[in-house]
Amino acid sequence: MSTPTEGTLVEPTTPAPVTGTEPGGTRRAGFASLGIDTRLLGMVGALVIIWVVFHVATGGRFITAQNLWNLSVQTSVVAIMATGMVLIIVSRNIDLSVGSVMGFVGIGMALLQARILPNDLGLGLENPLTLPITLAVGLLVGALIGAFHGFLVAYIGVPAFIVTLGGLLVWRGLAWALASGQTVAPMDTTFRKLGGGADGAVGETTTWIIAGVACVAIVLLLANSRRQRRRVGFEARPLWADAAIGVAGCAVVIIACWVANSYFLPENLARAYALRNDIPWPEEGTLQIPFGIAYPVIIAIGVAIVMTYIATRRRFGRYVFAIGGNPDAAELGGINTRRTILLSFALMGVLCAIAAAVQIARLNAGPSSLGTLAELSVIAAAVIGGTSFAGGIGTVPGAVLGALVMQSLQSGMVLMRVDAPIQDVAAGSVLVFAVAVDTILRRRST
Amino acid sequence: MDVTQTAAVAPATPVEERRPLVEMRDIRVSFGGVHAVDGVSVDLYPGEVVGLVGGNGAGKSTLIRTLSGARPADSGQILVNGEPVTIHNPRDARAYGIETIYQTLALADNLDAAANLFLGRELRTRTGALDDVAMEAATRGVISRLNPRFKNFKVPVKSLSGGQRQSVAIARAVHFDARILIMDEPTAALGPAETAQVRDLITQLKREGLGIFLISHDIHDVFDLADRISVMLQGKLVGTVDKDAVTKDEVLGMIIMGKLPGALTSQEEEQLH
Repeated sequence: MSTPTEGTLVEPTTPAPVTGTEPGGTRRAGFASLGIDTRLLGMVGALVIIWVVFHVATGGRFITAQNLWNLSVQTSVVAIMATGMVLIIVSRNIDLSVGSVMGFVGIGMALLQARILPNDLGLGLENPLTLPITLAVGLLVGALIGAFHGFLVAYIGVPAFIVTLGGLLVWRGLAWALASGQTVAPMDTTFRKLGGGADGAVGETTTWIIAGVACVAIVLLLANSRRQRRRVGFEARPLWADAAIGVAGCAVVIIACWVANSYFLPENLARAYALRNDIPWPEEGTLQIPFGIAYPVIIAIGVAIVMTYIATRRRFGRYVFAIGGNPDAAELGGINTRRTILLSFALMGVLCAIAAAVQIARLNAGPSSLGTLAELSVIAAAVIGGTSFAGGIGTVPGAVLGALVMQSLQSGMVLMRVDAPIQDVAAGSVLVFAVAVDTILRRRST
Repeated sequence: MDVTQTAAVAPATPVEERRPLVEMRDIRVSFGGVHAVDGVSVDLYPGEVVGLVGGNGAGKSTLIRTLSGARPADSGQILVNGEPVTIHNPRDARAYGIETIYQTLALADNLDAAANLFLGRELRTRTGALDDVAMEAATRGVISRLNPRFKNFKVPVKSLSGGQRQSVAIARAVHFDARILIMDEPTAALGPAETAQVRDLITQLKREGLGIFLISHDIHDVFDLADRISVMLQGKLVGTVDKDAVTKDEVLGMIIMGKLPGALTSQEEEQLH
C-alpha cells in the first residue's frame, strides 16, 4: 500500500487519520496506529508457541516458575553479547571472536580475583575492592581488544570476518595460556552474585520495587512521547493506543516479577537464609522465600535498555544504521565512518567482558573452555531477532528475544532429554528456518 | 580570474563586476595513469547557474566531486568568496556552504526522510540524544514546500518513489542555507511532472542568490536553465560560453568535437545534423 503509481505523484492512501481519541476506521488501521513492530510481535508469538509446545511435551514442566527463572538466567549471557552483535551486523560487519574474547577476559578476571588480587597484591580474600577492581580491569581489557579489532577493520581495511576469525583463534589460545589450561576457582563471594544462584537474586521486596519503577517509567515514557509530538503539532497516537501499550507493558513487567517471586529457595538455602535474618523456622512445613529477579537478568535488561538507547537515540547508533544502509551516503554525509566502526567493535568488547563476568560468577570458576562456541549462539540470536546480514536492519530487543528463543529451545530439549547432537540439529534447523521465513515475509512487504 | 577560454565569446556581463562565489583553478585528478580531470578552471557567481556538460567520461562528475569533498583534487586551487580553501572531505565542503545533490542521491535507504535530511548534522536535545521530533518537524516544513504531496515521513526512504526520494535529497541540500549548490543529473530519474518541479526550484534558488553547478548530459535541460555553459571533453575544459551567445548546435560541437563555436567549420557543423 506504500508504493505509489509509477511516474506520478499520486500519494498512497494513508491509514485513517489518527487524531484525538477517535479510533481508526477499520481494524487494520486501528492496529497499525498502535505503531508496534510487527516483526517483534511475531517473535513474541513464536516464543509463546515454543513454550506451550514444550510445556505439553514435557508433561507440564516447562512453564513453571523454576524453569522460567532458570531460563532467564541462562539467556542473560548470550543476550548481553547479542545486543552488541546487532550493531556489528547492522554496519555490515561480523564478529566471530566474541566467544574467545569472553573466554580470555573471563579467565583474566577469574585469575585477578582468585590469585592476583588476594595473593600477589595482598588484598586477601573477600576484600570489598575485589569486585570493582576486577570488573573495571575486565571491561577495560574487553574494550581495548574490541577497539583493536575495530582499528584493523576500519583503518587498515582488513575484512571483519578475517580479523575476528584470527581473533577467535588468538584469544582462545591466549585464554588457555593465561591459566595454563587450568580452571581458575573459586570466585569472590560478592562477585558470585553477578551470576545468579542462591544469593544472586534481589529478593521479593526489591523485585516488586523494580516492577513499580518499571511501570512508572513506561507510563512516563509514553506520556513524554505524546507531549513531544504535541509540542510541534504532530498528530499523536490515539490515546487508547497509548493506553493499550502502557497496560500491556506493565502487565508483562508485573507477570515477570510475579514469576520471579514465585520461585522459592530450596529448603537448605531457605534455612540458611532464615538463620541469617533471624526468622524462626516453622514447626511444620517450610518457609517460602522467593528468589526474586536474578542479578544476571537485571544486568542483561539494563544492558538491553542502554543498548536500545544507544542504537535508536544517540548519534553513534544512527551512524551505525546509516553505514549499514548505504556506506557511501554515510561518508558523503560527513560521518566519520571509520571511528564509528571502531567504536562499535570496542562496545562489543565491553559487552563480552560483561558477559564473561556473569558467566564466571555463575560457574564460580573460570574454565579454559569459557565462551567456546558462544559466537554462534550470539550471532544466531541476533539473526533470529531480525538482524539482516545485508546491513542496516536490526533491533536490540529483537536480539534479546532471539536469545530467549534459542535458549528456550535448548532448555526445552534438555527437559525432554533429547540427545545433545539432536539438539544441535534442531537449533541449526530453526535458525535457518526462521531466517528463511523472515526473508520471504520481508520480500513480500516491499 | 583565469577563464581565458571564454575569450572567444562575450562573457556574461551583469555578474562580471561581482566576486565569484567559487573559483576552481587548474584542477587535476588522475586515477592510476588516467587524467580524469586535466587542468580545468571554472567559476560560479551568485545567482547564476553554470551548466557543466560533456559526454560520458568527460570528467564533469570527477571535477565536481573535488568541490563537494567526495574525492579531493590532486592539485589545483579552489577559492570560495575569493579565499583559498582546502576541501578534504564532505564536512569541509559543507562548512563553506557547498551542498551537493548526487546523481545516486546518497540516501541511506533504511532510514526515514528526517534521518536522511539531517544525516551527519543531527539535531540533539540537551542530553545529547537525537531530537527526532524536532528533526521531523523541520523535515516536514522543508519538504512540504518542495513537494506539497509528500506525506510518508515515518517510512524508510527505500519505499518512496523516485520523485519523493529526489525531494529528500534536494531538501537536504537546501535546508542548511547553502550558498553553492551542486546538482549532478538532478532530473535523470524523474518523470515530466517532477522534472518541472526541479526546474522551478532551480529558478527559485537562483533568484535567492545561490550559485548552482548543474551537471547534465541533457543539452536541452542545460540550455533552459543555465546562464553559462562549461563544456568538458576527455578531462579537459573545451570552453565556457554564455548561453545567450551560442546555439545548441554550437554547444554540441563543443561536446562532441571539442571545438569552440568560432572554430567550427561549416562542414563540421553539417555533421552535427
